[in-house]
Amino acid sequence: MLLGKVEGRVWATRKLDVFQGKKLMVVQPLDEDLKAVSSHIIAVDTVDAGVGDVVCLATSKEASVPMEEKMIPVDAAIVGIVDRVDR
Amino acid sequence: MILCKVTGSIVSTKKDPGFQGYKLMFVTPIRPDGSFLGKPFLAIDVTSSGKGDTVLVIKDGGSLQMITGSKKIPENAIIAGVVDNLEYAAPGGQS
Repeated sequence: MLLGKVEGRVWATRKLDVFQGKKLMVVQPLDEDLKAVSSHIIAVDTVDAGVGDVVCLATSKEASVPMEEKMIPVDAAIVGIVDRVDR
Repeated sequence: MILCKVTGSIVSTKKDPGFQGYKLMFVTPIRPDGSFLGKPFLAIDVTSSGKGDTVLVIKDGGSLQMITGSKKIPENAIIAGVVDNLEYAAPGGQS
């Protein structure tokens, strides 16, 4: 899992049924020092994150775990909002 | 998923039967501000997107198999949605 910063949101009416009703957020992956690394990804939000939040990002197959229908083809999901980072 | 723009398509009559019935589009990764971010690649399309559309692309073979229900498509990128609207707040202009 890695950290990310929510920097925007995406709306798409024409999309896979699997994403119906799911919030899609623009997320900038971060490293442990909260610095931007690699390019933006679009992640399904499962914890009602908002723009500006630092979040926990589950990627690849783990991303489908929080989804109700288990084998959902999601490759990135926001699974937590970070209040504080201690390092 | 990543943001891409549909920048073309290909027609291929002699191809692996797994592709039967799927359009093959060229997609190029873009940043949320719309600027291009990388090299085009081919993705199968299940959302009938068109050239110029901003789309969501999943680059994962497992997901592609789940979406199409087929294990016979030699491809790992699939267009999963067509973006209508995108709200993006570049933090301090660093995009």
